[in-house]
Amino acid sequence: MVKVEFLGPINKESMNLDISNLSQLSEVLKKDNEVATWLQTCAVAINDTLVSSKDVKLNSGDKISLLPPVCGG
Amino acid sequence: MENLELFEGKLPVEKITNAWYDKYRNSNYGAIITFVGVVRDENKIDGLSFDIYEPILNSWFNSWEEKAKELNAIVLMAHSRGDVLNHESSYIAAVCSPKRRVALELIDEFVEDFKAQAPIWKYDIIKGDRVYAEDRSTSIKGSGLLA
Repeated sequence: MVKVEFLGPINKESMNLDISNLSQLSEVLKKDNEVATWLQTCAVAINDTLVSSKDVKLNSGDKISLLPPVCGG
Repeated sequence: MENLELFEGKLPVEKITNAWYDKYRNSNYGAIITFVGVVRDENKIDGLSFDIYEPILNSWFNSWEEKAKELNAIVLMAHSRGDVLNHESSYIAAVCSPKRRVALELIDEFVEDFKAQAPIWKYDIIKGDRVYAEDRSTSIKGSGLLA
């Protein structure tokens, strides 16, 4: 199981999913009406490190975070 | 993180900037540049509100500490969580460097990269509601991976 959390304004409870890669995560989230519209603008982190490729193996216990557009200051 | 400070609500600007100055004035930095961001009264807002994701903010800040170190400089930052009303400060950044030119260039890059990459989300406070400032927000580099 991996934990998926949604940061900032996405305003959605985290999910626990039985998946092993980011392509599977993409398929799940595209079907979720609350999240689907955010996917184009969200960055992805695995265990608090931003990733730039979907070619990453997920292990049980991993935490995946979705980061929507930012504006500090 | 010693040089990254987070506060609930508005920043105590004088306290923060005086402490930084007192701490580093004797370290032979020829230039200390402080940038203070102040919430403007515009678009009928009462203030701004912020969410911060600390683990990734820490790694972002750490990469800037490394970058500054290569130039014999240091970076400092303070930011608010939660609500900050108009005319108060929510963000302070500073660079201390032996050389003026390095400090001037670094503060520019540091503040701009902060705006584009730091995991902080801004909301307008309008009549007690918290409204995501979507139109002023920037997608982090590499976004859209799951689309």
